[in-house]
Amino acid sequence: MGAALPARQREVAAALRAFLPARAVLHEEEDTRPYECDGLTAYRQLPMVVALPETLEQVQRVLQTCLAMKIPVVPRGAGTGLSGGALPPGDGVLLSMAKFMRVLRVDPRARVAVVQPGVRNAAISEAAAPHGLFYAPDPSSQIACTIGGNVAENSGGVHCLKYGLTLHNVLRVRGFTIAGEPVDFGSEALDAPGYDLLALIIGSEGLLAVATEVTVKLLPEPQCARVIMASFDDVEKAGAAVAAIISAGLVPAGLEMMDKPATRAVEEFVGAGYDLEAAAILLCEADGTSEEVEDEIARMKAVLGGAGASRMTVSRDEAERLRFWSGRKAAFPAVGRISPDYYCMDGTIPRKRLGEVLNFIAAMEKKYGLRCPNVFHAGDGNLHPLILFDANNADELHRTELFAGEVLEKCIAVGGTITGEHGVGVEKIDQMCVQFRPEELELFQAVKRAFDPQGLLNPGKAVPTLARCAEFGRMRVAGGKLPHPELPRF
Amino acid sequence: MIETFADRIRDAAARGAPLCLRGGGSKDFYGNAPRGEPLDTRAYAGIVSYEPTELVVTARCGTSLSDLEKILQEKNQFLPFEPPHFGEATLGGCVAAGLSGPRRPSAGALRDFLLGVRIIDGRGRVLSFGGQVMKNVAGYDVSRVLAGSLGTLGLIAEASLKVLPLPAVEATLRLAADEAQALDLMNAWAAQPLSVSASAWHGGELTVRLSGAAAAVRAAAQKIGGEAADGAFWAVLREQKHPFFAGAEPLWRLAVPSAAAPLSLSGRQLIDWGGAQRWLKTAAPAASVREAAAHAGGHATLFRSAGERGAAFTPLDPVLLRLHRDLKKAFDPAGIFNPGRLVDGI
Repeated sequence: MGAALPARQREVAAALRAFLPARAVLHEEEDTRPYECDGLTAYRQLPMVVALPETLEQVQRVLQTCLAMKIPVVPRGAGTGLSGGALPPGDGVLLSMAKFMRVLRVDPRARVAVVQPGVRNAAISEAAAPHGLFYAPDPSSQIACTIGGNVAENSGGVHCLKYGLTLHNVLRVRGFTIAGEPVDFGSEALDAPGYDLLALIIGSEGLLAVATEVTVKLLPEPQCARVIMASFDDVEKAGAAVAAIISAGLVPAGLEMMDKPATRAVEEFVGAGYDLEAAAILLCEADGTSEEVEDEIARMKAVLGGAGASRMTVSRDEAERLRFWSGRKAAFPAVGRISPDYYCMDGTIPRKRLGEVLNFIAAMEKKYGLRCPNVFHAGDGNLHPLILFDANNADELHRTELFAGEVLEKCIAVGGTITGEHGVGVEKIDQMCVQFRPEELELFQAVKRAFDPQGLLNPGKAVPTLARCAEFGRMRVAGGKLPHPELPRF
Repeated sequence: MIETFADRIRDAAARGAPLCLRGGGSKDFYGNAPRGEPLDTRAYAGIVSYEPTELVVTARCGTSLSDLEKILQEKNQFLPFEPPHFGEATLGGCVAAGLSGPRRPSAGALRDFLLGVRIIDGRGRVLSFGGQVMKNVAGYDVSRVLAGSLGTLGLIAEASLKVLPLPAVEATLRLAADEAQALDLMNAWAAQPLSVSASAWHGGELTVRLSGAAAAVRAAAQKIGGEAADGAFWAVLREQKHPFFAGAEPLWRLAVPSAAAPLSLSGRQLIDWGGAQRWLKTAAPAASVREAAAHAGGHATLFRSAGERGAAFTPLDPVLLRLHRDLKKAFDPAGIFNPGRLVDGI
């Protein structure tokens, strides 16, 4: 993905201008600079050309042009992704879907919304609110991130234990193949004939098709919600409390954990009223009818108390509930204030291994001399350790990468995964070689070829080549054993 | 056992001999006609791991679905998608068929609860995708493509499913309603926080199930009204033991948007999934049934037929058909797994 030759750049821009207005084709550095990275700013690359189509036909022709000229094309929504999934191609076209920002239809009777891919996540719930409905997945970037990006990444949020991920809340994705052929994945019914390609498209990080329209499910807004803030003097106890909640047959609407370094950073920033003496706090929410919520809150309090909570506060009203959540939702920016840079990880582990993994992270803090507050979608087992570092210090950056790599591999070792909701992108592509065996990676590549035989859609992301894994393996030979001994080395 | 399966698959691939992957055979009637040498998956059975506090169970393909459900029930948990058994079902067949019961619109489908699979592909390679955690976006979501693939992509050797606690209380109510009123009510209830976990209509009777905390079910029951009815209705419906399903006419399944208007097709009808699944016993020509479903925004499946088996599923458009062909090649290059069972020629 090196920088493009100026002649090639002119040629591609001219080809796109044949059907796009001049303002919709950017190639001057001052215009393309804003697109050089997504939410993972450690990786930057100027795109050769940025295309900003406004009609479906234009999107189709961008794809047809790229295919004919054999140019890589990377779709992009709001660019809030945290794994570099929208990192532009230096030798290709960045296809911005930002102009597609219309809510096409809200059908309160069928409880669906049909939206264009550039519609912001939060805007869907705003459009549905007059009907007492909402769109459930609520990633913390929901005021900015778009539904097209959510589909690409299978985004979650703090309420997915009860309400599911993007996958569980999307009925149909309409789009184009790399050849510009229109295609529907899923339908407005609850299923579609043939293979479940909708499941394959969601979370495919823009490698299989380009979404142009998304039909989402809307759910009735719960009548009310209350959250318990529970303090623990030990993180392992807090972890055990999470398991106790689940074994009591409760499915909280949200179940989040933050450790002391995280609550301290947050409290200074937003004043959420967190217990600063606690080693960890849990936020445990019940929602539904008022009868249900009263019943569940009482049962949750009993379980948390039995699990050793040292203090519990139940939100008395909506303002207080939102204040308790404000801290959790502001965790990333709050941490951003106490350190020049931070690196957000995204592993998922079986909940029962939480204590072990947190102890491992604490040991890594010592080993690498870097601080690492933890926020955690405890109910789903999805960890977001935040390594604090200074990007201007090359050695700190290097130590951060090693630290993160070790944590992700620990997640795999305990039976988890390297990414719960942020995606692989460019960031975790080497760890894919650890999580999957060569035959499994080969199958992923065969799936990719079924959709995009020439490998032009978002190349170099999500699924590593076996050659790349061999190269990565050579850098980290463990115990004298190569992870992929059958592969040629070069 | 896995190695025995893999050897058979490699051998069949070398000979280009189709294999009919089969568990309990409880769904032999479903899809296009099975063909190929039978490969019985029942010998590979048993729970691999079950951690009630993780809400995850992993089991081998030959595990009896009833046994699995019993084990979950002992821990007060269940499979929320309420899969139909239709006989001595195995877990592998259940995942391969991808069918879900009356709770589907509120809880989700089988694929929504499938967290990971271990499969044997058409080259005899044992591959793992997904895992045992709720959130996992590493690599393409291959596991869920296996759900409902009718064994055409690989032998599903093991599956990990998310489970949930059983609802504290359930109540079933019955009201008199004609078809249009029933569709109105089912859609209106689903748009309110009423703990509705299933609703179905047949012959002037609308049956609804509420699930959740005792107080919530009580409050919702008051709002909905009607007479208390036997909750056993839902298992009878799920297993197609309801009298509606008797009779010689072909049984069609029409998956349509729940709010779709009443369908004007001849025959008898039973509406499930809050309006989103409409069962039809009719002798009407396949083309007119498929046309009506497509017009309503959905698709129609010839679910059961007594006589000669026609094409079961709605044909795919050319782009999707090509994607299916190429995906099939990725998993099963020799084309030996259950050929034609899901899509003609694939």
